[in-house]
Amino acid sequence: MKITHIIAIIVIAVAIGIIVSTAGDASTYVNFSQAYQMASSGETKKIHVVGELKKDDSGNIIGLENGADNVSFSFLLVDDLGKEQKVFYNEPMPPDFTSSEKVVVIGSYKGENFLASKILLKCPSKYQEQKLNASL
Amino acid sequence: MLHYFIGDLGHIFVITSFVTALVCAFSYVKANAITDLGKKEAWLKNARVGFYAHTFSVLGIIVSLFVIIYQHYFEYHYAYSHSSLHLPGQYMVSCFWEGQEGSFLLWMFWHAVLGLVLIHTQRAWEAPVMVVFGLVQAFLASMILGVVIPLINIKLGSSPFILLRDAMDDPIFKMQPDFIPKDGSGLNALLQNYWMVIHPPTLFLGFACTLVPFAFCIAGLWQKKYSEWIKPALPWTLFGCAVLGLGILMGGYWAYETLNFGGYWNWDPVENAVYVPWLILIAALHTMITYKNSGTALKSAIILSISVFILILYSTFLTRSGILGDASVHSFTDLGLSGQLLIYLLFFTVAAIILAIVRWKHILSSEKEISIYSREFWIFLGATTLCLMGFQVLIPTSIPVYNKIVALFGGMSNIAPPANQIEFYSKFQLWFGAAVAILSGTGQFFWWKKMDQEKVKKEMLFPVLITLVLWAIVISMARVTEPTYLLFLFSGIYIIVSNVKVLAGILKVNPRLSGGAVAHIGIGMVLIGILFSAGYSKVVSLNNSGLLISKELDTEFNRDNLLLFINEPRTMADYEIEYKGERLEPRHKSGYVKKNDVEPTADPYKVVATKDLFFKDKKLYNAKDTFEIYPENKYYEIELRKDGKVKATVFPRIQINPSMGGFIASPDIVRNLSADLYSHVSLPMNPEAEPEWSKPEEMKLKIGENFFVNDYVAQLEDIKRIDEIQGFKLSSSDAAVEASIKIQGEHEVYEAKPIFIIKDASQVGYLPSEINDLGIKITLTNIYPPTNEFELAVSTRQKDWVVIKALEKPYINIMWIGTIILMIGFTLAFVRRFKEFREGRKAEV
Repeated sequence: MKITHIIAIIVIAVAIGIIVSTAGDASTYVNFSQAYQMASSGETKKIHVVGELKKDDSGNIIGLENGADNVSFSFLLVDDLGKEQKVFYNEPMPPDFTSSEKVVVIGSYKGENFLASKILLKCPSKYQEQKLNASL
Repeated sequence: MLHYFIGDLGHIFVITSFVTALVCAFSYVKANAITDLGKKEAWLKNARVGFYAHTFSVLGIIVSLFVIIYQHYFEYHYAYSHSSLHLPGQYMVSCFWEGQEGSFLLWMFWHAVLGLVLIHTQRAWEAPVMVVFGLVQAFLASMILGVVIPLINIKLGSSPFILLRDAMDDPIFKMQPDFIPKDGSGLNALLQNYWMVIHPPTLFLGFACTLVPFAFCIAGLWQKKYSEWIKPALPWTLFGCAVLGLGILMGGYWAYETLNFGGYWNWDPVENAVYVPWLILIAALHTMITYKNSGTALKSAIILSISVFILILYSTFLTRSGILGDASVHSFTDLGLSGQLLIYLLFFTVAAIILAIVRWKHILSSEKEISIYSREFWIFLGATTLCLMGFQVLIPTSIPVYNKIVALFGGMSNIAPPANQIEFYSKFQLWFGAAVAILSGTGQFFWWKKMDQEKVKKEMLFPVLITLVLWAIVISMARVTEPTYLLFLFSGIYIIVSNVKVLAGILKVNPRLSGGAVAHIGIGMVLIGILFSAGYSKVVSLNNSGLLISKELDTEFNRDNLLLFINEPRTMADYEIEYKGERLEPRHKSGYVKKNDVEPTADPYKVVATKDLFFKDKKLYNAKDTFEIYPENKYYEIELRKDGKVKATVFPRIQINPSMGGFIASPDIVRNLSADLYSHVSLPMNPEAEPEWSKPEEMKLKIGENFFVNDYVAQLEDIKRIDEIQGFKLSSSDAAVEASIKIQGEHEVYEAKPIFIIKDASQVGYLPSEINDLGIKITLTNIYPPTNEFELAVSTRQKDWVVIKALEKPYINIMWIGTIILMIGFTLAFVRRFKEFREGRKAEV
């Protein structure tokens, strides 16, 4: 067997290994009920949940709570199926949090609570102003 | 008055740039196909004129757009959404490429410049190479065309010269079509940074450079000059590696200095989208050098040169089509160009692949078996590893694309990128990085000539021994224990040692050839720097109070952030740390001034000093001076002490920007030889929230009497009658007295001056005085002339605070120095290859 063939086999093996491990390490987008089931069946992998902040009838965000010393906070997130869940985050509130339209939380359930290790915010208004400030 | 002319002119330039690019490509095709020399010359002339006209149009677009931004023509969408009246001049350049249209323009500009250089230096290759350039330019111009094709009603491109009223659906334009906003919405504060002035042009020059080897490769395949294209393309590939690498590094450095994720690299899709093409470009460079020296690896060079450009197109598609959506923290405005971008990508991918397949069997490849005692063997292995390294990043980065494709076929896929991207990518890239370093370190011992086992042993013995010794020293000093880190460290030291040996040999013989060795030493330093700064980065702002995050959540956490009250020392790492208050930055002097020492004016950009202002013993302003500031920038002075001595003062910044969602924090970095201390604000006090004052405590005092407020010693010094209050004269029927109270704070003596007013001899008014730093408000509530006593009401609030996060980044400077050495190596190599190319051309003539 030629050396080039051996190298080719190794390269193919590594490439397959990369694809398989990516599939293994990839997270998934789920809703809170699925995430809860996964956690109760012993799955510890972190998952993505997309949701919106809970708001009252007049559109004010409710359920925001600051942790001790302002170094953490928790909030209520409503997923696509309408399930409401308290989410804890071990960092102070990100600045554009309350103006975000959608929140993606990455993390997992710890008991009855969802613990986020990372929060991604979708703020379409951030880079594209919807309204012109005509009084300027 | 709307300035229609400049926009129309710009739009005409856009259209001519598109048309001339097509004319140029067509004429070069003709020139290529015709054998009659006279006619060929005529077509060539035609094509060149086309390209000159194209370059002129591109410059015309840039000048028109710049005039719109610079003159503040806010009737144009581009000026309104990317600039504002108060934007400093140097950042107006950044506005230019904040928008997608501007960055396309920048890309076109560099292609035009490179095209001009090629026309003048590559007589033999001019026609086929410039066909590729013309086509690419036509595609790019189409992205900013902003023209609706009649009949099928499809909009082609998004023009940067669109008027605000056409871009935005606002009722004001119905009532008042000529409405022009007085000010623009401004440039994203994060981009108001000198790196953002030079990083995008560098990066796009790097992008543009990848077109050169691609165009030469395509020209070579097309003209059946299967191997001759390598020589003219090689210096450009080197130049591209250097510039693209530099562009990426600048981006990393900007992120380190400006963003607050705590590092220079985040494995964000946007970063990956340029990292992968760079790795493949480096691999292509090595295979090209191998071909030049040993006549092998031609097919790899062809495949890789094509891949690099296609990967650049793929990243353009990923980052600009909006497909990344939830996957990236960077937000991209979707200009609705996805279809056009996809056609751009597919056109060149399909064309290049078909051409390569058709020509494949004609490409010579060396039949002899590759020997493991040859240099090309090791370089080839290294290039293969680089490709796998890129592949490993490309696969997960493309996850959103798979979801889209599955959805396109009616399926439903919910794959998300790995939850912890940094951990995920690092664990693979670490191994690949070590492998590349070991392969390239070893390859250096085979100096293009065949060696046998004995010779190799002799050559390698000494460097390997030195590496082992150095390795042992570093391990014991830095206490590296993690097995993968040990391997990585070994590889980094090994590549440095072996290349130092090679360098020493080369310097004796021919210093001109030292580029490769220098660049590899730089790579070794970068690897070691990354290992320490990322692998051993630690949060030092740990909050050790032992509190739970919440009663409902009974898990304990690392609390990575620290709450600091003003003037109250805390301990952090080995430091005593103290928050000393908010600071402002004068626009025209370097330094910071205390926010409490200035008074605002009606113009938010101007403040008045209430006393002489000093920064580090240097006088900045006199009392009553009016000076300009940046109102959106707020700094927090934080002092770090060790054994009672001030070690450093940091000024992390937040930028208030309601349209960006509140505030943006940027770090301040204390740079030491062994480690950087990196700190940023993670939560500021909300300036709009009304403070909660305690119930006023009343006390009766005589002049000269001491008292306590909020545990501070205070003294009522004096009471005097005043005739004017804040510049307003009192009328004869009014009376006012002002108390002066001295309060001994931690670091300075503060003065409070509450005022008691009697209006028209009957109505009583109070003007309380606030000491921000101490959280105290004092009101003079009554005067008792018979006993000569005065009544004060004192209320207190929570003191000013800030939450910060701080990280330590050990030996990060090794990485930055390594990048500089890498760039020097690239430059040396480029100079050498360029000279070779020039000498070769002279020899031909």
